[in-house]
Amino acid sequence: MTLAMATPTAAPSAKTKTIEIAGLNFFYGKTQSLKNVSLDIHDKQVTAFIGPSGCGKSTLLRTLNRMYDLYPGQRAEGQINYRGRNILEPGVDVNALRAKIGMVFQKPTPFPMSIYDNIAFGVRLYENLSKGEMDERVEWALKKAALWEEAKDKLNKSGLSLSGGQQQRLCIARGVAVKPDVLLLDEPTSALDPISTAKIEELISELKQDYTITIVTHNMQQAARCSDYTAYMYLGELVEFGETDQLFMNPARKETQDYITGRFG
Amino acid sequence: MSAHPSVALDKAASAAHADKQHAALSKTMRNQRIQDFIFHKVTLLFAASVLIALVGIIISLAIGAAPAFAEFGPAFISTVEWDPVDDKFGALIAIWGTLATSLIALAVAFPISFGIALFLTEICPVWLRRPMGTAVELLAGVPSIIYGMWGLFVFAPLFADHVQPLLKSTIGQLPVIGQLFQGPTMGIGILTAGLILAVMIIPFISSVMRDVFEIVPTVLKESAYGLGCTKWEVVRKVVLPYTRNGVVGGVMLGLGRALGETMAVTFVIGNAHELSWSLFSAGNSISSTLANEFAEAASPLHVSSLFALALILFAITFVVLSAAKLMLAGMSRKEGTK
Amino acid sequence: MNTTNPVYRKRLLAHRIGIVLSVGAMAIGLAMLAWILWTLLANGFGALSLNMFTGDTPAPGSEGGGLRNAIFGSLMMVGLSTLVSTPIGILAGIYLAEYGETNRFGQITRFVTDIMLSAPSIVIGLFVYALYVANVKHFSGYAGTIALSLIAIPVVVRTTDNMLRLVPNSLLEAAFALGAPRWKVAMLVRLRAVKAGVITGVLLALARISGETAPLLFTALNNQFFSSDMNAPMANLPVVIYQFAMSPYDDWRSLAWGGALLVTFTVLFLNILSRTVFTQKTPR
Repeated sequence: MTLAMATPTAAPSAKTKTIEIAGLNFFYGKTQSLKNVSLDIHDKQVTAFIGPSGCGKSTLLRTLNRMYDLYPGQRAEGQINYRGRNILEPGVDVNALRAKIGMVFQKPTPFPMSIYDNIAFGVRLYENLSKGEMDERVEWALKKAALWEEAKDKLNKSGLSLSGGQQQRLCIARGVAVKPDVLLLDEPTSALDPISTAKIEELISELKQDYTITIVTHNMQQAARCSDYTAYMYLGELVEFGETDQLFMNPARKETQDYITGRFG
Repeated sequence: MSAHPSVALDKAASAAHADKQHAALSKTMRNQRIQDFIFHKVTLLFAASVLIALVGIIISLAIGAAPAFAEFGPAFISTVEWDPVDDKFGALIAIWGTLATSLIALAVAFPISFGIALFLTEICPVWLRRPMGTAVELLAGVPSIIYGMWGLFVFAPLFADHVQPLLKSTIGQLPVIGQLFQGPTMGIGILTAGLILAVMIIPFISSVMRDVFEIVPTVLKESAYGLGCTKWEVVRKVVLPYTRNGVVGGVMLGLGRALGETMAVTFVIGNAHELSWSLFSAGNSISSTLANEFAEAASPLHVSSLFALALILFAITFVVLSAAKLMLAGMSRKEGTK
Repeated sequence: MNTTNPVYRKRLLAHRIGIVLSVGAMAIGLAMLAWILWTLLANGFGALSLNMFTGDTPAPGSEGGGLRNAIFGSLMMVGLSTLVSTPIGILAGIYLAEYGETNRFGQITRFVTDIMLSAPSIVIGLFVYALYVANVKHFSGYAGTIALSLIAIPVVVRTTDNMLRLVPNSLLEAAFALGAPRWKVAMLVRLRAVKAGVITGVLLALARISGETAPLLFTALNNQFFSSDMNAPMANLPVVIYQFAMSPYDDWRSLAWGGALLVTFTVLFLNILSRTVFTQKTPR
């Protein structure tokens, strides 16, 4: 059974929900690391997960594209509804899901191939493009990731020949090249210098015009700057979730306030 | 809600487009599943080939050896006689040759390998480590037949002229162990074979020792140095105890290699079916017997006895190598890789 | 520093003796290598001539001749064996790294592979004899190739498995995150990341089988004449060297040394090549 991929026939309102998480529990073996988490990811908005180390924000992110499937002993229970379908059900084709929900990791991970092939890799999995069409797609993706100017003359060079910040933008280009619905970013700038970080934050605000973005960050200021919605997590539980401005200026819970003001965390 | 005609057409067009996309996607998904399935089975098959080979070896050796064991029974292992003319065979000479040469090799190679491993990990300046290490490993690359030729044509004559008489007149005069160093000073024989084997297994043992020495946490060594220990003491009291399992494992690995060595031993062991206390005497190992006699073995019982020897050798090697693996597995657990 | 302390002096002496012995051990090791290489050069250099590559192995007692058929036979068998064992070894290694990390079958296979790595090569020759040669009732180059492959495969499996397991999870996850099927992640990303290391493994296997004699004794046997028929006994350098070295003829012995020189330096060259040109940058 595959994921229904019907094109919506009415223009979506700005606040439709792409992903609805309900009652999510997650287990590493016997340890429970997510407890009854429920929140919504809104279409074409940036949602940030924040919280101290070990709070479960990365774990939560990785349930959204079933990345945990790769590791026996990790399992999720509950509901994650993506466009109306619970992706935790057994019949779901995980590869197809990941083609629609892309991910960029903390460490830049260029594949051991040329810059061109890095981007073409994902596209070739599901689309049959001619050389010309592929060239266009590669250029489009690199422009989206603000890497085109720097990379256009060395498309045939190895992805590993780029600097750290450029590599991360390559990974972002790779992720958008397959035209996903949702982009999951797992601490995308924590391994980068401040200038690359600033470039990528700029990128995020542009990308959200076309994609729904979920970002995990341990940097509160980044969340405050870039996101529209923020979820604060602690010890596997969702403490508070709401619009970013609201959460940062007027948090509903004391724990949130403590974390934001640096009293702890 | 009024259904404007063009909106209806749009709806139909986009629905059809979606269906086509859907169908293409389903096809890709199905193909991917099939591809993954085939990939798993093919790689599994090839991985199984190593297992199949091992089982095949054991079975074919057992089948080949069955007649000999049927004829001579378990006493085959302790019988000294090896007489192709009368069709009477016993494995003791060959087993003795294999064990004696290997143990001599181990006794000589162990201290030298230890010294080399110690040198490369603690004493050698960093820039020299790689070339020196490579040089030692080249010793492992030299084909065994070359060792045989070198042993027979270069080492043996020198050994016979200079070293053996010396050994005979010194250790050979002592009671009990003196018996080992008596006999004709031909240059070839069990002792020579053992010494050549020693040179061959030095790179294996020292390589394993090097690897385990490098696992020792620097903080552990530094705390000993901090107390004023000399380098030698740090090695003896910190490094060696910590790597004990690995060192034993390395030694057993060297033993396993020495047991199976054929060409080098065949050149210098003398190929004589006699059993004697003297290490100077010629003898035979299991592998040299096989190398010399298999091609011309006439009677079925002779052939079967040779298979029986091979089975015995394989069994001994298997046990020794398994023990080596278990010891080294203990070391990896310490390193945290397991 | 009070070096007149008798307790300390004794310790210092023990330390110094230990260091000297250790350096001595290293010197012995290097001296052995130098001695062997020198022996080869001294005895074999004289036999190196164009003749060695153009003439075939001479009949007993006759003059001249060369090693052409033996060189050719070795190249054929080693080459075919490498062609066979490389894909088998790499795919088996892929299985172990991808699927066999924790399951029982994978653990057992790894164990067996390590045993086969150090198993007596003459026993492998005997196995191929019993299984194949005895049944088709003649020796052949194919039998020799099978025996050599059985020796090479564990080497390739071991190196491939070890190298593939070095690839960090983050790289693999990045490929999976794009929706790639498992086989593409394994072949196009994981294997490619450690390409150099895997090639090293193949080169080491190649070097190993180039020098093996025992497994060829009862499989390929030998052939006095030039032959390219793999289905018949095939001349090869190691067995020729063995035969000629043990013979009473000067010409034969000289050729044996020449062959020994050729084989050894080829093997050493391959070893050094794999360690220098193909050094693997550990995947970050």
